[in-house]
Amino acid sequence: MNKNLMPLDKLPIGSFGKVKKLIAEGVARRRMLDLGLIYDTTVESLRESPAGDPIAYEIRGAVIALRSEEASKILVELV
Amino acid sequence: MGLTKQSTGAGALKEMFEVELESPDDIVVALAGNPNTGKSTVFNSLTGLNQHTGNWPGKTVSNAQGNFTHRNKKYILVDLPGTYSLLANSVEEQVARDFICFGNPHATVVVTDATCIERNLNLVLQIMEITNKVIVCINLMDEAKRKKINIDINKLSNLLGVPVVGTSARSGEGLDELKDIVEKVASGEIIPTPTYVSYDEILEKAIKEVEPHIHYLVDNQMNSKWIALRLIDGDSPLLESMANYLNINLSQDDLLENRIDLARIKLEEENIEIEDLRDRIVLSIVKTAESIYKKVVYVENKAYNHLDRKVDNVLTSKLFGIPIMIALLGLVFWLTIEGSNVPSAMLAEGLFWIEGHLTVFFQWLGSPTWIHDILILGIYRTLAWVVSVMLPPMAIFFPLFTFLEDLGYLPRVAFNLDHYFKKACAHGKQALTMCMGFGCNAAGVIACRIIDSPRERLIAIITNNFVPCNGRFPTLIALASIFIASAAGAFSSFAATLSVLITIILGVILTLFISKLLSKTILKGLPSSFTLELPPYRKPQVGRIIVRSIFDRTLFVLGRAIAIAAPAGLVIWLMANITIADTSILTHCAQFLNPFAQLIGLDGYIMMAFILGLPANEIVIPILVMSYMSKGSMLELDSLTEMRQLLIDNGWTWLTAVCMMLFSLNHWPCGTTLWTIRKETQSWKWTWVSFLVPTVTGIVLCFVVAQGARLLGLV
Repeated sequence: MNKNLMPLDKLPIGSFGKVKKLIAEGVARRRMLDLGLIYDTTVESLRESPAGDPIAYEIRGAVIALRSEEASKILVELV
Repeated sequence: MGLTKQSTGAGALKEMFEVELESPDDIVVALAGNPNTGKSTVFNSLTGLNQHTGNWPGKTVSNAQGNFTHRNKKYILVDLPGTYSLLANSVEEQVARDFICFGNPHATVVVTDATCIERNLNLVLQIMEITNKVIVCINLMDEAKRKKINIDINKLSNLLGVPVVGTSARSGEGLDELKDIVEKVASGEIIPTPTYVSYDEILEKAIKEVEPHIHYLVDNQMNSKWIALRLIDGDSPLLESMANYLNINLSQDDLLENRIDLARIKLEEENIEIEDLRDRIVLSIVKTAESIYKKVVYVENKAYNHLDRKVDNVLTSKLFGIPIMIALLGLVFWLTIEGSNVPSAMLAEGLFWIEGHLTVFFQWLGSPTWIHDILILGIYRTLAWVVSVMLPPMAIFFPLFTFLEDLGYLPRVAFNLDHYFKKACAHGKQALTMCMGFGCNAAGVIACRIIDSPRERLIAIITNNFVPCNGRFPTLIALASIFIASAAGAFSSFAATLSVLITIILGVILTLFISKLLSKTILKGLPSSFTLELPPYRKPQVGRIIVRSIFDRTLFVLGRAIAIAAPAGLVIWLMANITIADTSILTHCAQFLNPFAQLIGLDGYIMMAFILGLPANEIVIPILVMSYMSKGSMLELDSLTEMRQLLIDNGWTWLTAVCMMLFSLNHWPCGTTLWTIRKETQSWKWTWVSFLVPTVTGIVLCFVVAQGARLLGLV
């Protein structure tokens, strides 16, 4: 794995990441694609929920909450 | 092999999609869109009260249809399930796609959110691949204006090649124009020429291998390029639907199979596996959406969502998120309890005043006493009780709840609570269906359709009953007001609110606990993937909220309660008045149940009230009071003090009140809910499980509390 890549759930709150790779398969992967999570899409990590998981992200103008299981399958590069 | 008139005409619409046409001239319009775009507002604004809901044939996906008249023509509007895509990843997407594809609507309106156009265009582009009769409705223009997001509608229309109309459905703005355009597209006066997504070269080459043959098979009736790509992508639901609706059985077409294989080999030569193919398809669509978005939307104020973010920082913050949520819920209950006291008393007074006059009327008619007793003391009094106890709290609670819903607060609740649902191996959206259960458990069970995974949907259905519905609130509130508030003196309504709130929090904890238990036993499995959209906050439209919550919810629930309470009132009156060996049937039953009921802190009459209350939880307290009254019909609720005395006379202590509150929270779902569960799960087994799980929980809980309190000598 490229050293600069990190799973989306590890992206610090308030920072931006660029999607580089999806490691999810099947339906989960398609759902992510439907949200517009394609190569080079910029995602902002907005805030944690009270328990720390899920985390809300801004993806293409929409605010979407992802559980860590899903977010960890999205590899991003810190912008 | 073209499409025959027969397979696509009105007959097919009715049989396969259950669209009822009154005349062949009716115009059928499909309404598609992402979730949270105000699609249902557009639907409601266009059709008003002329709508009905049901299910798509053979699917547990709700199908809402309505109609409106425009320039003397009747339009049937079919509300498709809200989806992000049409690539058939879920039943909803398949239903929506099949209708657009095979239902041959005269026009398809795609509702999009003006504040989130980029993501919405994804669906628009996919629909334009299927049909050219597309109208894009950019809704929530008022919100966009408020956030200073400028959209060049004409340019968007040019780029897409289809008509685009800006609307603010909540205030009705733009809807007339929308209707005009729909008319023109449906009549063929405007023939849209959609811009198709251009795929990369390799994909286009693969498509060319298959397309000519498809074109030969389906003629010009469907976009053969689109079908070709779907088939190369291995979209088997599409094949099934084509066989179902068009009688075109492509799976037995060897030539087609060869062509598809050939296309896939070409792709493999380029190192494109089937998963990559899907990525590439979506990539092309998203890129197209992105480039269009950049050309037509100008955001004046880049920080347009700062206010939303600030609000979210508080409402979902680590420190305040959950306390604020509980406080808001508490406020709603407090307003409901405080606000409904006076109107409840006034209604009761009014209805019993009428009763007095009805009695006089019956005497004047000279009708036999037993007819008067059955009709007035049995049926009328039960109804009067139900109306005066239920109507005011509902008329306050539902608008308040709808207000929070309209504001966009419920997804935040799901966001706050998701972690706990995940721990319980349940679906994050169960937090939403649970919230719906506060209104009505049957509605909550239907709402479970939003959960895709069958395992998690069952968990959500079975545990929905653990939050008290509107029918049970009056019981909880009455008990809290009578037994707990009276002990608290000056803070009475505060104490009552607090105890109701504690009961509800207990209900939520039980929901989580039982969900976990189910996931570890009969419904084993891991939580499925979950994405939750947190839509922008929206200014609630107070007028619309009141109308909607009064008509859609309050009157609906009240009507159902009345329909059930009237015959129940008759049965109870008969049971209380027919005597065997000097004792009424009701008392016989209660005496039989008493030893068991005592074990769990209740008495035989309370148990009997819960059993007879199966049709509707609202009537539990009225039945109980009626049973306690020696005269055998319900008393007039003059004051709560009188009621308290009646209960104490019948051996009640604070423990009885607590146990009854607990048992009210945890016992079998009402008849309507059970019937809904049977319909939704298509299984008696799961209906029984849904009956037993809360009942057993309630019995265990009450037993522990009652025996514990007695053991410790607290009573």
